[in-house]
Amino acid sequence: MKTFSAMRMLALACCVAIAAHCFGQNVQQELANFEKRVTVKVLPNGLTLIVCERPEAPVFSYFTIVDAGDANDPSGESGLAHMFEHLAFKGTKDIGTTDYAAEKVALDKVEAAYAAYDTEYRKRVGQDPAKLKQLKADFDAAEKAANQYVIPNEFTEIAEANGASGLNAETSLDATQYFWSMPSNRLQLWAYMESDRIANPVPRQFYRERSVVMEERRMRIDSNPIGRMVEQFLATAYVAHPYHRPGVGWESELSQITATEAEAFHKKYYVPADIVIAVVGDVGPADMPMLEKYFGAIPAGPKPEPMATVEPPQMAEKSVIIKDPTQPLYLEGYHRPDYRDPDDAVYDAIQDIFSNGRTSRLYRSLVEQQQIAAVAEGFSGFPGTKYPGLFAFFAVPNAGHTPEEMRSAIHKEIDKLKTTDVTDAELAMFKTRARADLLRGLGDNQGIAEQLAFYQLRYGDWRELFNQLNKIDAVTKADIRRVANKVFVPSNRTYAMVEFQAPPKPQAPVAGGAQ
Amino acid sequence: MKLNRCASLFVAALLCCSAFARAQESTVVVPPDAQKLQPPAPWMKIPVPPLHPFHPEQPIRIELKNGLVILLEPDHELPFINGSINIRGGSRDVPAEKTGLIDLYGDAWRTSGTTTQNGDQLDDLLEAKAAKVETNGDIDSTSVSWSCLTKDEDQVFGIAVDLLEHPAFSEQKLRLAQQQAIAGIVRRNDSASEIAQREAAILVYGKDSPYARQPEIATVMSVTVDDLKAWHAKTVYPNNMIVAVEGDFDSQVMEKALRAAFESLPRGEAWPKPTGEFPGPKPGLYSVNKPDVDQSNIWIVGLGTERRNPDYYALAVMNEIFSGGFGSRLFQDVRTKQGLAYAVFGGYGASYDHPGMFYTAASTKSASTVQATKAMLEEIHELKTRPFTAAELASAKDQLLNSFIFRYDSKEKILAEATELEFYGYPADFLARYRAGIEAVTLADLERVANKYVDPSKLAVLVVGNESQYGTPLTALNLGPETPLDITIPMPAALRKQMSGQGAE
Repeated sequence: MKTFSAMRMLALACCVAIAAHCFGQNVQQELANFEKRVTVKVLPNGLTLIVCERPEAPVFSYFTIVDAGDANDPSGESGLAHMFEHLAFKGTKDIGTTDYAAEKVALDKVEAAYAAYDTEYRKRVGQDPAKLKQLKADFDAAEKAANQYVIPNEFTEIAEANGASGLNAETSLDATQYFWSMPSNRLQLWAYMESDRIANPVPRQFYRERSVVMEERRMRIDSNPIGRMVEQFLATAYVAHPYHRPGVGWESELSQITATEAEAFHKKYYVPADIVIAVVGDVGPADMPMLEKYFGAIPAGPKPEPMATVEPPQMAEKSVIIKDPTQPLYLEGYHRPDYRDPDDAVYDAIQDIFSNGRTSRLYRSLVEQQQIAAVAEGFSGFPGTKYPGLFAFFAVPNAGHTPEEMRSAIHKEIDKLKTTDVTDAELAMFKTRARADLLRGLGDNQGIAEQLAFYQLRYGDWRELFNQLNKIDAVTKADIRRVANKVFVPSNRTYAMVEFQAPPKPQAPVAGGAQ
Repeated sequence: MKLNRCASLFVAALLCCSAFARAQESTVVVPPDAQKLQPPAPWMKIPVPPLHPFHPEQPIRIELKNGLVILLEPDHELPFINGSINIRGGSRDVPAEKTGLIDLYGDAWRTSGTTTQNGDQLDDLLEAKAAKVETNGDIDSTSVSWSCLTKDEDQVFGIAVDLLEHPAFSEQKLRLAQQQAIAGIVRRNDSASEIAQREAAILVYGKDSPYARQPEIATVMSVTVDDLKAWHAKTVYPNNMIVAVEGDFDSQVMEKALRAAFESLPRGEAWPKPTGEFPGPKPGLYSVNKPDVDQSNIWIVGLGTERRNPDYYALAVMNEIFSGGFGSRLFQDVRTKQGLAYAVFGGYGASYDHPGMFYTAASTKSASTVQATKAMLEEIHELKTRPFTAAELASAKDQLLNSFIFRYDSKEKILAEATELEFYGYPADFLARYRAGIEAVTLADLERVANKYVDPSKLAVLVVGNESQYGTPLTALNLGPETPLDITIPMPAALRKQMSGQGAE
């Protein structure tokens, strides 16, 4: 059923080549077009500003990317980068307070009270319950005293009342990013707000927000079967590198993070030299001096030292088997180098050929032909790409099928990749789609802002967004076989299976479930 | 949080000038709490110049003699063309014993391909061009859509039309779609949030209602290729379709191509208007025990309204105050002040042609289930008892009106909105009316609609969580006896045995 006639293959390859050629022209045109519309300025404090004109409508979108994520959380403080991201919505010395001078005094008292409580709480020997209770009461009182100066959520309220749309932020293991869109007559207001929160965040209502983030952890991980599996999988796949920690943090560490720690993280990592901000839309070079005024005022700081930890080579296959009252799942991963590796585009090719759409190998084999899986995909750069990540495979078995069947079916496809060249049509399809995806992404302010900021941060030049296609074009069939044979080996593999186990009877809760 | 925040589905199609009546303002909008500050903070003095004029082109509307409506929105920024053929009739219109038919139809229509090119051949052909032709089934519509480079339009559009006129509906691809559907059914109780959302809709609309009923293994397996063909024959005729195209084309050339493709199709009978009874939920406390979670999903639900309701605008402003953003009452209280939830959302929902849902939802750790539910009930209650302030009204209007441009700041959004209004038979200037309607809302309106539409005695409270961890029992809510919901998935015995690991072959 899946064999192609040689004639058809040839015809396909031809039309693919034509398509790729035309896309090539379009991409070159678009790069030239962007050269005219993009202005980049590195400010004296080290912060990089990118302005891209796209005057389709009187609006703009921005994307701020900070080169620090939860992989940078200090030991014992997992979840800190994400916790700080939440703090960045709590306002500044001017926003969110009725009287910052008085609030500062009150916040210092909160920190002192929390430290006293925390010291007693963490005592392994001789903890005094009465004293702990008193210290908690003191802390609650200090928090209440500080709260009287707070205008809750004022930062976000100003943004929303002035038309902000899609206001949000994300923290990954690799980076932290902030974004929204606004009518373009609010550009200066945005520049003020964004620069102020980068320079002058205030840790108000920190401990209340920590409770909110604990709920986020429960939602994403503890109460979610896939979340639980991924957490255990990564903790097993990595032994040394911080990719082994959940971005949201371990429950025990997250629940003990302090505002003092968050401020230290900010001081160390939110330095202008590690921040790129892109603004796209009804803006232009004429706006640059105004933007410089605001963002140039952020104090410079030394770039943090690069991470020392490198994940050592894996020596043997590792596994996690979870018995859960939930339908079965399968996940496996192989260590690969980081995004700067010369073979980076080869991994993209493998991902595309394995997973992109109904022509992809895993779909055709596991979903369509064998009908054993509802979903089957392989993807590169999990849980991140800045440091060496994993090439992972994920499959959701159809009713009545098992994780073991997923595993052996995936391994068959991997073996095929190692021993037989991919077809011309598959390789051409990958290259054509890479071009098309790039072009399709250029019709939206928020998407463009994200791409420009990301490539500028990662490669020091936003043009890499377009020039990456040269690396993609250079991928050969031999590259794919070589990389597959190097990376997809059992000793480099970690896998996780979720197997169904009936839920405990209502009257007899089983230990070892959610705690 | 993708539920219909009632105001958020609008894109301003026909507004242009009226949208910027406020463009003259020269200072930043200051939220109410900050207005009292002495001296004013630096950001209050930042100038806000008039917004640049913006007059987006509205779609060209063409109605063929056979009743087919065409909407064209040229956009030459990038070399792509995107189109869709939208057909009335969807899952709410099939018999109960065939629940799930429309999803299967939406899948198998495309994967089966046409009488001359099967689905796999289409996949190869289209993917090589990085083009897409897809089919889809929804609650009240089905569709064929396409997306391609400008130069491939003739061929790719040809495939879309071929699918519309000569679909194959193969036995084999129906089986595949059924497998996929069953995979979803057997997994539907794995996620607590999915259970809560689904059961909340069932409480509001009823287990057998077309707006809440669930496909089961038996109903999915009862669907045949003949059912798919019959559905196709029943719905595909020109006066039941809207064709919408956006992108890099010349309108006259496109019109000619569309006329050539569709003009000869014979007219059918007008699709019937939706009917149905909407009594709302039986008030009370409902629960699902899920022992493998440490967080409860709480939904408090009742019946919402339709967008044709003249009170729609006042309700939209009330929603903004109640749950609209970071400054809303619900968010401020449950999340910011009490730290009880990460996800907290709600709104008095409004659908185009049937009553939406009035919902207030949050997820909180098991031990604070009762506390959070009480806080949510209190916020609902306060819609009637805590007077809306002028500051709340002003802030809500600022939020709705200043972000209004994001409903029509791209050609795609303008076309999508116009298509939706056309589909549901709403006036084309509905969005201009919406803006005017929001501007006109007064405090008296808010008080009136809160009293008229919010009735805490008509709400159902649903908790999906791990009851062994609640601490305070749900009976402390004083909502009467707790009704546990049976969410068992009806399953053929053989499959149940195989899935529990007792006899996989």
